[in-house]
Amino acid sequence: MLKKRIIPCLDVKNGRVVKGINFVNLVDAGDPVEQASIYNKSGADEICFLDITASNENRDTLLDTVKKTAECCFVPLTVGGGVRTVQDIRNLLLAGADKVSINTAAIKNPDLIKESALKFGSQCIVVAIDAKKTGDNKWTVFTHGGRESANLDVLEFAKLAQSSGAGEILLTSMDKDGTKSGYDIELTKTISENLTIPVIASGGVGTLEHIKDGIVLGGASAVLAASIFHFGKYSIKEVKEYLKSQSVSVRI
Amino acid sequence: MIISILDYGSGNIKSVSKAVERAALNLGKSAQVQVIADVKKIKLSDKIILPGQGSFKQCANTLFKTTGAIDELNEFVIQKKKYIFGICVGMQLFSDYGYEDGGYKGLGWIKGEVKKINITDLKLKLPHMGWNEIKIKNDHGLFKNLSNDKHFYFVHSYHFVTSTQINVAASTLYQDEITAAVIKDNIFGTQFHPEKSQTNGIKILENFINW
Repeated sequence: MLKKRIIPCLDVKNGRVVKGINFVNLVDAGDPVEQASIYNKSGADEICFLDITASNENRDTLLDTVKKTAECCFVPLTVGGGVRTVQDIRNLLLAGADKVSINTAAIKNPDLIKESALKFGSQCIVVAIDAKKTGDNKWTVFTHGGRESANLDVLEFAKLAQSSGAGEILLTSMDKDGTKSGYDIELTKTISENLTIPVIASGGVGTLEHIKDGIVLGGASAVLAASIFHFGKYSIKEVKEYLKSQSVSVRI
Repeated sequence: MIISILDYGSGNIKSVSKAVERAALNLGKSAQVQVIADVKKIKLSDKIILPGQGSFKQCANTLFKTTGAIDELNEFVIQKKKYIFGICVGMQLFSDYGYEDGGYKGLGWIKGEVKKINITDLKLKLPHMGWNEIKIKNDHGLFKNLSNDKHFYFVHSYHFVTSTQINVAASTLYQDEITAAVIKDNIFGTQFHPEKSQTNGIKILENFINW
C-alpha cells in the first residue's frame, strides 16, 4: 500500500536556513545540508528546500547547497523558490534536486509547466499554488508570497497545471499559513478530489491531529510542514507513530 | 571493478552515482564509479547501470539514436552476459515495447510491454508516487539484508507487464499487483528508485556490486 508522505520544509536564504530545526546538538543551526541530513536520518519521506533569496546573484549558493545535500541524502529532494525558466529547472536538477517546484512563473506562464514536463518528465515538476479564500468554497491564486492576486480560481488553475503535465500540486493556504490552526481542509479536499495527481497539503499545521486531518479529511497524498519540526515540537518519528496509531498508513 | 552509469541525456543521474558510491564505500570495495556518455566505454566496464527519467518514448528514442549504444549494450548484456541494472524507465527499456507518449520499441531483452497503470479506484492518484512496500517473488541475493518493511520510493504512471511471471523479481500493490523489479539471468531492473530509497535502496545497490 502506498504510504502518506511526511515532508519537512526548510526555508533557505543565501545558503543558510532561516527557519530551521532548533535542535541542541546541531553544530551549526543554519547549515541546510546538516539539517537535511538529520531529516534524512530521522525518517522524512522527502525533503523540501524553499529558497527565499531575493537576488539572483546568490543562485549559485543555492545550487551548491542542493549539490551537497544530494550527496548525503538518499530521499527525494524538492527545491522551490525563484524558479523562472527551463534553464533554472535544469540547473537545479543537475545540481541534484529530484523535483522542482514552480510558483509565480507557472501562473504567469502555464506553458512553462508544459515545456518543462516534456523536457524533464512530469515526475519532477511540482506546481506550488498559494490559495486565499475569497468566497464560499472559492479560493483565488495569489503570487509574490501572497501579496498579489492572480485573479485565477484555484481549482481551475490546478486543473490547468495537471493537464499541462505537473506531477503534483503543492497547495498552500495563505489564510492558514503560520496560524498553527490546521490545514484548510475544505480547500485541500476540493482540490484533491478534483485532480488525479497527488496534492501536498501545506500551511497551518500546529498539532499532530492537524496532520491527520489533512490526510484523512483533506485527502492529501502528502503533508508539508515547517515549524512543528523546526522548533523540535515533534519529531518525524512522533508524527509517524501518531499517524500509525490513527490507522493512517505511513513508512516507519 | 568499474561500474558505469550510462548518461544518454535522461534526467538527473547524479543521485544515482552518489548512491552507488555510497554503496561501494559501505562495502569497503574499491569500485570505480563513473558516469559515461561515450558508449565505447561500455565494454570497458564490469557492470552497467541504466537510469531513465521522463517518458519511455523520449528515453528510448534518445538511446536508439545514440550511435553505437544499442550494439554496445547488446554485446555487453546478451553476448558477454555481464551484469546490468536498469532503474525506472531504464528498466522499462528492457521490454519489447512501451506505449507512453505514442509508443516506441524497447531493447527486447525481457518479453513484455510497458503499459499505463489501470486505475479504477478514484481515490488512487497517478503517478504512483511515494513509498510503497515490495513483495519479493524471487528470493535473489539482490534483495539480501533489506529491512523488514521493504519500503521503496516509486514515481511512475506506466508499468512493465511481463509476458511471464518468471521475470517478475518483486511486485508492489497499487490497486492491483504491479511489477516492482524484473530479473532475467544477468539482467536486473527496478521500477522504484534505489538511489532515493534510503537504506533499503543503498542495500540493493550494495548487492548489485556484490553480484
